[in-house]
Amino acid sequence: MADPAFRTGDRVRTRTVDPAHHTRLPRYARGHVGEVVADLGRWPIADESAGGAPDPAAETVYQVRFAARDLWGAGDHHVTIDLWQSYLSPALSPALPPEGEDAT
Amino acid sequence: MTAEHADSRIAVRVARLEERLVAAGLTDDAELEGILSRTLQGASPANGARIVARAWTDDGFRRRLLADAATALPEVGLSMRGGLKVQNLGVVENTATQHHVLVCTLCSCYPIGLLGPSPTWYKSEAYRARVVREPRSVLAEFGLELPDDVEITVHDTSAENRYLVLPRRPEGTSGLTEEQLAALVTRNGLIGTAAV
Repeated sequence: MADPAFRTGDRVRTRTVDPAHHTRLPRYARGHVGEVVADLGRWPIADESAGGAPDPAAETVYQVRFAARDLWGAGDHHVTIDLWQSYLSPALSPALPPEGEDAT
Repeated sequence: MTAEHADSRIAVRVARLEERLVAAGLTDDAELEGILSRTLQGASPANGARIVARAWTDDGFRRRLLADAATALPEVGLSMRGGLKVQNLGVVENTATQHHVLVCTLCSCYPIGLLGPSPTWYKSEAYRARVVREPRSVLAEFGLELPDDVEITVHDTSAENRYLVLPRRPEGTSGLTEEQLAALVTRNGLIGTAAV
């Protein structure tokens, strides 16, 4: 994936993987769709640096905004979380068909 | 270690680790004290209050602060380079319709240089678990009752950015100096658990 892969306004889905090692993708935010609201620059990936990796890879961290209703099923607030790019994949707008479907 | 940590298991582990490192000749008490005092030197909520008072009285600074806080900080004699590693800073502004509040659900990340050592409740599991889920109730327990039409955004400090809340300037303060305004700003106001 190119880095940065996302821009402000993009909708992204977080990973569902529960890794055995340290990670900064909080459990409550796994598998959810949010909106990129800022590109925070490139930072060493905490999953690697926390394990004592001598030269951890760096990648872009994004501030991603989630609706409380999506995270908890209720609530009128929003939560922003700062997430490394490898925690994220593109999420299509619900109004659009899944990518590639129209080609078949 | 701060006083509120004195009896915790982590404090015991840290103390034992220090003893072992000193016994092995890898460091000594003076070196450890030096690292701690350099890190905490000047770390105080007075720094955050100074930033807020300047933003209230200088709209150009306010705009530069919101656009790129780390670059604007030297204007008030501060920097995000004072800690063990360089961090970035995002300043989020409260308005009549938007309220911001900070948390670190995974641990206790916090802009120590601008706010001083974090309060015990900020590190508590109850605050960390609840404020992302029911911020309106949690803020009410802090004594901050927000009108229903004020939207709340909770910022979970999960990476290398640190955040600071820019509270709304209280009404009836137009005659105050920058210094007098700074004296109105509290640590909780800078975290978002108080209005100012």
